[in-house]
Amino acid sequence: MTRYSIVSLARNALSHHEHWPRLWRSPEPKPAYDAVIIGAGGHGLATAYYLAKNHGVTSVAVLEKGWLGGGNTGRNTTIVRSNYLWDESAAIYEHSLKLWEGLSQELNYNVMLSQRGVLNLAHNLHDVREGKRRVYANQLNGVDAEWLTPDQVKAFCPILNTAPDARHPVLGSTLQRRAGVARHDAVAWGYARAADARGVDLIQNCEVTGFDIKSGRVEGVVTTRGTIKTSKIGCVVAGHSSVLAGLAGFRLPIQSHPLQAMVSEPIKPVLDCVVMSAAVHVYVSQSDKGELVLGAGIDGYNSYAQRGSFHVIEAQMGALKELFPIFSRLKMMRSWGGIVDVCPDASPIIGKTPIEGLYVNCGWGTGGFKAIPGSGFAFAHTIAKNEPHALNAPFSLDRFVSGALVDEHGAAAVAH
Amino acid sequence: MSQRFRLPSGGRVDRAKTLRFRFNGRSYEGYQGDTLASALLANGVHLVARGIKYHRPRGIHAAGVEEPNALVQLGRGARSEPNARATEIELFDGLRATSVNVWPSLAHDWRSINGLFAKLLVAGFYYKTFKGTQGLWQRVYEPMIRRAAGFGRAPTLPDPDRYDHMNEHCDVLVVGGGAAGLMAALTAGRAGARVMLVDEQSEPGGWLLGCGASIDQHPAPKWVAGVVAELRGMAEVVLLPRTTAFGYYDQNYVCLLERRADHLGRAAPAYSSRQRVWHVRARHVVLAAGAHERPLVFADNDRPGIMLAGAVTTYVRRYGVLPGRRAVIFTNNDSAYETALALTQAGADVVTVIDARAEPGGALAMAAREAGIRVLDGRVVIGTRGTRRVSGVELGRLGADGSSAEPTSERLDCDLLAVSGGHSPVVHLFSQSQGRLRFDETLGAFVPGEPAQPQQMAGAINGLSSLALCLADGLRAARAALEATGFSEATTMAVPRVEPEGQSGALRPLWLVPGHKPIGRGRAKHFVDLQNDTTAADILLARREGFEAVEHMKRYTLAGFGTDQGKTANLNALAILARATGRSIAETGTTTFRPPYTPVGFGALAGTEIGALSDPIRMTPMHDWHVAHGAAFENVGQWRRPWCYPRSGETMQDAVNRECLAVRRAVGVLDASTLGKIEIVGPDAAELLNRIYTNGWKTLRVGQVRYGLMCREDGMVFDDGTTARLAPERYVMTTTTGNAAIVLDWLEEYLQTEWPELKVYCTSVTEQWAVASIAGPKADALITRLAPSLDLSDAAFPALTLREGVVAGIPARLFRISFTGEPSYEINVPSDRGLALWEAVMEAGAPLGVAPYGTEAMHVLRAEKGFIIVGQETDGTVTPLDLGLERMVSRQKDFIGRRSLGRADTRRADRKQLVGLLTDEPSVVLPEGAQLVRKDDATRAPPVPMIGHVTSSYYSAVLGRSIALALVKGGRGRHGEIIAARFDGRTVLARIGPPVFIPKPEASSDG
Amino acid sequence: MLLIACPYCGPRDEIEFRCGGEAHIARPKEPDAVTDEAWADYLFRRDNPKGVIAERWFHTYGCRRWFNVLRDTRTHAILKVYRMGAPRPDRGPS
Repeated sequence: MTRYSIVSLARNALSHHEHWPRLWRSPEPKPAYDAVIIGAGGHGLATAYYLAKNHGVTSVAVLEKGWLGGGNTGRNTTIVRSNYLWDESAAIYEHSLKLWEGLSQELNYNVMLSQRGVLNLAHNLHDVREGKRRVYANQLNGVDAEWLTPDQVKAFCPILNTAPDARHPVLGSTLQRRAGVARHDAVAWGYARAADARGVDLIQNCEVTGFDIKSGRVEGVVTTRGTIKTSKIGCVVAGHSSVLAGLAGFRLPIQSHPLQAMVSEPIKPVLDCVVMSAAVHVYVSQSDKGELVLGAGIDGYNSYAQRGSFHVIEAQMGALKELFPIFSRLKMMRSWGGIVDVCPDASPIIGKTPIEGLYVNCGWGTGGFKAIPGSGFAFAHTIAKNEPHALNAPFSLDRFVSGALVDEHGAAAVAH
Repeated sequence: MSQRFRLPSGGRVDRAKTLRFRFNGRSYEGYQGDTLASALLANGVHLVARGIKYHRPRGIHAAGVEEPNALVQLGRGARSEPNARATEIELFDGLRATSVNVWPSLAHDWRSINGLFAKLLVAGFYYKTFKGTQGLWQRVYEPMIRRAAGFGRAPTLPDPDRYDHMNEHCDVLVVGGGAAGLMAALTAGRAGARVMLVDEQSEPGGWLLGCGASIDQHPAPKWVAGVVAELRGMAEVVLLPRTTAFGYYDQNYVCLLERRADHLGRAAPAYSSRQRVWHVRARHVVLAAGAHERPLVFADNDRPGIMLAGAVTTYVRRYGVLPGRRAVIFTNNDSAYETALALTQAGADVVTVIDARAEPGGALAMAAREAGIRVLDGRVVIGTRGTRRVSGVELGRLGADGSSAEPTSERLDCDLLAVSGGHSPVVHLFSQSQGRLRFDETLGAFVPGEPAQPQQMAGAINGLSSLALCLADGLRAARAALEATGFSEATTMAVPRVEPEGQSGALRPLWLVPGHKPIGRGRAKHFVDLQNDTTAADILLARREGFEAVEHMKRYTLAGFGTDQGKTANLNALAILARATGRSIAETGTTTFRPPYTPVGFGALAGTEIGALSDPIRMTPMHDWHVAHGAAFENVGQWRRPWCYPRSGETMQDAVNRECLAVRRAVGVLDASTLGKIEIVGPDAAELLNRIYTNGWKTLRVGQVRYGLMCREDGMVFDDGTTARLAPERYVMTTTTGNAAIVLDWLEEYLQTEWPELKVYCTSVTEQWAVASIAGPKADALITRLAPSLDLSDAAFPALTLREGVVAGIPARLFRISFTGEPSYEINVPSDRGLALWEAVMEAGAPLGVAPYGTEAMHVLRAEKGFIIVGQETDGTVTPLDLGLERMVSRQKDFIGRRSLGRADTRRADRKQLVGLLTDEPSVVLPEGAQLVRKDDATRAPPVPMIGHVTSSYYSAVLGRSIALALVKGGRGRHGEIIAARFDGRTVLARIGPPVFIPKPEASSDG
Repeated sequence: MLLIACPYCGPRDEIEFRCGGEAHIARPKEPDAVTDEAWADYLFRRDNPKGVIAERWFHTYGCRRWFNVLRDTRTHAILKVYRMGAPRPDRGPS
């Protein structure tokens, strides 16, 4: 792997950039691999990378129906944080954040992690109570977290409207300073390049159409480019998880919904933190390109169309304008949709399936991007060892039978 | 001299109306009917912007929405708008605009030194660098990149303008008011269909407004005027100029943006919204969106004065402006000969056409030659000169396969270089509607294939270039739309006659013009996306590094990611990639066109649903009284509820203490109108309650009230409240304030989808009743004053019953139920009597010391008694058993959620259970949400195992100390244990006990 | 903004409705008689087809009635609307 640096950039400039190598090869699928990962999104690529790096499993193929990083990895609002309420979630997301913090260096690829701080606003007393509860839990879990009063919120994000007479006034906010955003494409490309360098075959335009399962064990995977023998398959396909589970003959507690996002036209820096408000469905940050990046609420119906309904986008604009009155004359430049895999408890499923040798990693719903390094790390362990890592043990499929959900929906949001 | 480049006559500007405007601080004049771009060109101003990356000088490139360069900051102060396109801004008197992203000035921009490092600033350079350490990236490199990025600036003040929304249905929506669109709208309109015709420009007509042809023996603009006048006269036709169809969604739902006041400047009337978003549901859509001209990609093709040929024609014919006197026209197709003719007719000094084709073109090319215009065949532009304006071009002879060009000694001086690389149909909306695109090799462009929704495409969007064909196609499309919507066409329709009419010559596809050196070598840059400074070399680099998928290439090079969404760039970028990979364009694919077609303001999208209208605010009938008496409010769901009533000089805590003491020692009154109230009626009402609630309901007698708990099917507590039996088949249920609508939907869902056999109906009566809850030892005395005839003895009116009566002269229902542990009555009266009731209570209660109390005191009072609040003691993960409410869980029957309580996890002994907490230090009030750890872990460094958290915590005035409720693992078995609460860096020890702080007196029947 | 033909009110915009997820899921008649596994099926596991889905919609801001819809999750095309309790129209009796 050619190391990237300002020096190599300058050296290549002398030869008109004509000698840069490919970031990844474009290999033909081999007849057999030790492990096959389905889905070359961030999670799948990270899984392959950690399989090779941490577990020495290098006979790995990552199969991708389209182009790598083209699903939710390249369609999300790029928020990275770890301030989750429950211990189980905090552990895996915090592990992920720690990996994020060294990722550009580890991958020798600038993923542009920008730890500019994430605010989660509280708009009523219930939000305040739940926000503080989460801050206190985060602190004891070793996750950096602070509670800000409205004045402190204003100081941290001066363009935010904290007037007490707002329709949904800001009564405070949690702040995770280590949280922020990253460059989504770079994460996929960086992992892809690093995995490729360790011998992983990244095979694009290769759709899985079936599994070769004998007496409850996987023996291979059937693709549009032939059958590939393997005894371990990691399925990391987000919104398409149910479809692949169906091919393998089992059902998942997953529903696929559209989730939309949008960017404004690029403007000069005006917002240098991430502001999230679950109550009014506003999620906004400003990218290094200058675009405001906004996430919309989830559409209520199932869909595989990668698009949602426009009223869902419109619905949050009033709240956005209220929180940021100076945004009114900015313009939405582009909107798009992804297919998110929603789990009943808003937590992922990472682990074994009823089929021996077939593992799933799905259910990240609206928030999978931040988990990419941690998820890949734990999933690689699960596949290599045939048992979950302590980080993902709580996120097994069994929990839906036992009832041991990790319910991150938060409280029922009601009060007398 | 003002307007040096304005032609003495011609165009659609009103020379009698001079408008003054400022650009970059300098004053200029233009005319009514100008755009900012045409007015600048009339004044000889070409340099308007700088490139985003290398900060090279940039000029006006196009004449419409496809403009990549001429972004300006429009206006100042609160009405300032970043990134407005000069080509779309209609000039008004007093307009002010400045260039964006330049410093200190457009002419001398310090970041143009980036040009020196151009060799380093290739596609994706930032992925390869700036990553020494996270700290360095974040503190040095990233701020540097951020400062360099972005065009205009956000205003610093709130937007003073208004925006609104309209919903509309129509039979036929015609998008685009050019030749095909006008023809289609006219045809559909005459047939009596309900038609909407939308056009993004200030007047319909499109390129007909700058067209030299005649239609039915009228000059094209006159024909347009006639059609527009007829359409305006039709009752069922809505004609919307200055309106862009920006999004095409499922089931023919099309969103439009109408710019109603932007063109008026300060003259905009106050009553008008600035912009309006239309939501149109059309039975049929005719897309007549036209085509955008593509530039050619050649060496240093970005200098000011290098413009699209069609745009030059438009500036000459529609705006009466001569963009240059010495013009070179570089083309690979016939259309640019029209530009040559227009310039010649307008009196340009020298006009030379460089035609990449070896063959002479069609009729138009012949006409140009006949007019004496110099044409150099088989030649291409291989380099340009000039810094702030193009000053000359170098030519080469194009090889037969197009991959090389032999430099010639020909040098042409010029001040205008008009280019045409062919036309790309505006397929954006078609693609958004999920229609499939097809690449047409002859046209060298994507055209609509199979549509996915009821729609027709008409005119240039189908790749048609001749006016006659476009008109005929408009008629055809309208006929198809009429047939689909059940209208018969008026018999008078015929395709108008067009003159002159001639055949076009074929286009020679030319995606990347070769030159002196291989692409990427030397200093020349071949720009593909002018807005993002993406060059052909960037695309080739991307391909080399493995970004062969078109989406990869776009994301890596940013081609097509600008505010113009790559309208002029996308196809060239795709074709260059295709050629580099040895694939055809069709194989390489296209990119998805996503809404919006052109950017739409957030304010417009929000419409009127802002501020108080962004979410309804619900107020009780007593609200005004609360306001008048100084209540502090809290939002609970959509409701405004009094939180407490601080008197002058009191802190909130003082007020809450006083209110609590009033209830415990005298009497208090709470506005409880917000609680959800649902009437449940029918022979099976009791059965429904029995299935929904965890406890039994079959034994409740008429006049009795019972507390009930609801679970979701997963066994977790979902809501609670009391339900009273009003009559044998009539109940009234109360729910929590925030859950009223959710519970009603919940009941309906089970009734309609699971238990249709149950004869029950449910009706929300929340807003029909106002409720004053009277509580305290003097509650009886107060009720007696208001309803002297009511017997309040325990025998006559026991706890958990209801009575109907007259209270303060108002017919009322009284419920004897208590959430405070004190004797308590909830008086329900019709809403319109709520205020009267409240005032009567306050008046009658005054001698008793009645105090209004708010939600905070109510919370304290109930916590003292250990009553839970759903959403506070519960969070969707708490079962009735966790709350210690076994007595509420029937073993005799099934209910929603019961089965889930038998699962492994819900049976665990170490589940979190509700307990009471008393801090060692009585004055310390734990924060709600504080986490609890074992005493041994009181000072342990994170991570620390947590055993629970504080759900409710207050200072209890009556107890003179703090109290708290908490959920603690295995809590019921830990009474007496000392644990540590940790929060804000503090540790406070507390003792676990039962979740009751003021036990129920032996004799009391309340509480 | 889907256009949904409520069987009681006619075609209306999606904002009047709420999607209630997969149709034809019957609550077990005797919950105690089913295994934890089967109960988990009822609680959590749902069809999630890439193709035609039978789903329930509630006309929240209209007639407040539930009904069923056959819809293609790839295209959002609504193929059929039918009343609660009616069998799925694209499948034979089972």
